[in-house]
Amino acid sequence: MQRRQLLLCGAAGAGVLGLTLFVGWWRVDGPGAPEPKGQRPLPLSAMEFRLTDHEGIEVGPGNLIGRPTMVFFGFTYCPDVCPTTLSHISGWLEELGDEASEMNVVFITVDPERDTVEAMAEYVGYFHPIIRGWTGQEDQIARVVEGFRASYERVPTEGGDYTMNHTASVFLFDAKGEFVTMIDYHEPREFAVPKIRRALTEDVEGAK
Amino acid sequence: MVKKLRYTNALAVLLTVVGLSAPALAGSEDVVVENAWSRASIGVNRPGAAYMTVRNTGEDALTLTGLATPLAMMPEIHESKTNSDGVSSMSPAGEITIEPGQSVALEPGGLHAMLMKLQEPMTEGGTFLLTLTFSDGGKVTVEVPILGIAARGPEG
Ligand SMILES: [Cu+2]
Repeated sequence: MQRRQLLLCGAAGAGVLGLTLFVGWWRVDGPGAPEPKGQRPLPLSAMEFRLTDHEGIEVGPGNLIGRPTMVFFGFTYCPDVCPTTLSHISGWLEELGDEASEMNVVFITVDPERDTVEAMAEYVGYFHPIIRGWTGQEDQIARVVEGFRASYERVPTEGGDYTMNHTASVFLFDAKGEFVTMIDYHEPREFAVPKIRRALTEDVEGAK
Repeated sequence: MVKKLRYTNALAVLLTVVGLSAPALAGSEDVVVENAWSRASIGVNRPGAAYMTVRNTGEDALTLTGLATPLAMMPEIHESKTNSDGVSSMSPAGEITIEPGQSVALEPGGLHAMLMKLQEPMTEGGTFLLTLTFSDGGKVTVEVPILGIAARGPEG
């Protein structure tokens, strides 16, 4: 009896070990491996999601096709990175002047719990007037972020509040909805504005 | 625009309050605070952030240990970081040591004075007092102008 249990135990142990190895392989090299860094976002035409813009209008990726598009993620309770990104973008748009009026510029929240349509409306109102604010159901936000190969994470802070870690890059798509390039958070204006011009003029499939 | 003034007496405090340009009101001889600014808030539920350059003009290293302000119940020095995947995060920066002759910049996307639990809204055109506390017990109080929500720097 004793011996039999030991054997069973051993077999189970081997099973667990095998499973562990398999799980390890799956996560590291197999289909479950994390996507490589810098993986390209899907074309907008391949994305599927439904959100609401800051005027209460139902929107989706289809609304962005037909004009060049700039998209970035953030949340309105973000005191540092997000207002900085928004004010950089406002500055780029001012520099582009009339050219920018042909663009879609969309700020998508990763914090739909606090960023209601009203909150987004008030917030985007302080920045360049062509910037739209999109929010929606949690599962829809997750789909958008997945399509962009971006990420976000809710992080509790002391005092019972929370903050959001999130991709801070600005994504650029051409008028057909093909990904062109992205502007990193710390990229200076001298690089950012030409990249936007490329999205405005490019109809070749996004050479990065 | 570099405002670089150092004050150690009450007269200076008074002059500043009546509107002469001087960000540093009082405090440690060896600390100069320049170009302080902040963005207006929407209400009091969202945290605010303030920026400035803190310069150590003394002979010894200085360690910035904390913040205090009547504006917010939980002011704290934070640092935003962006990793190689482009993901930004923010966390308390802990104590910050400034070597003699060096300065530390609190600026957008990096170190910032995070103003949590605002007691009142930060209104464009206003100012508030922020006290920097150092490990030697020294304190420096700065008057921080509140600029628009879309401000990019101390010039607006
Ligand atoms: Cu912070």
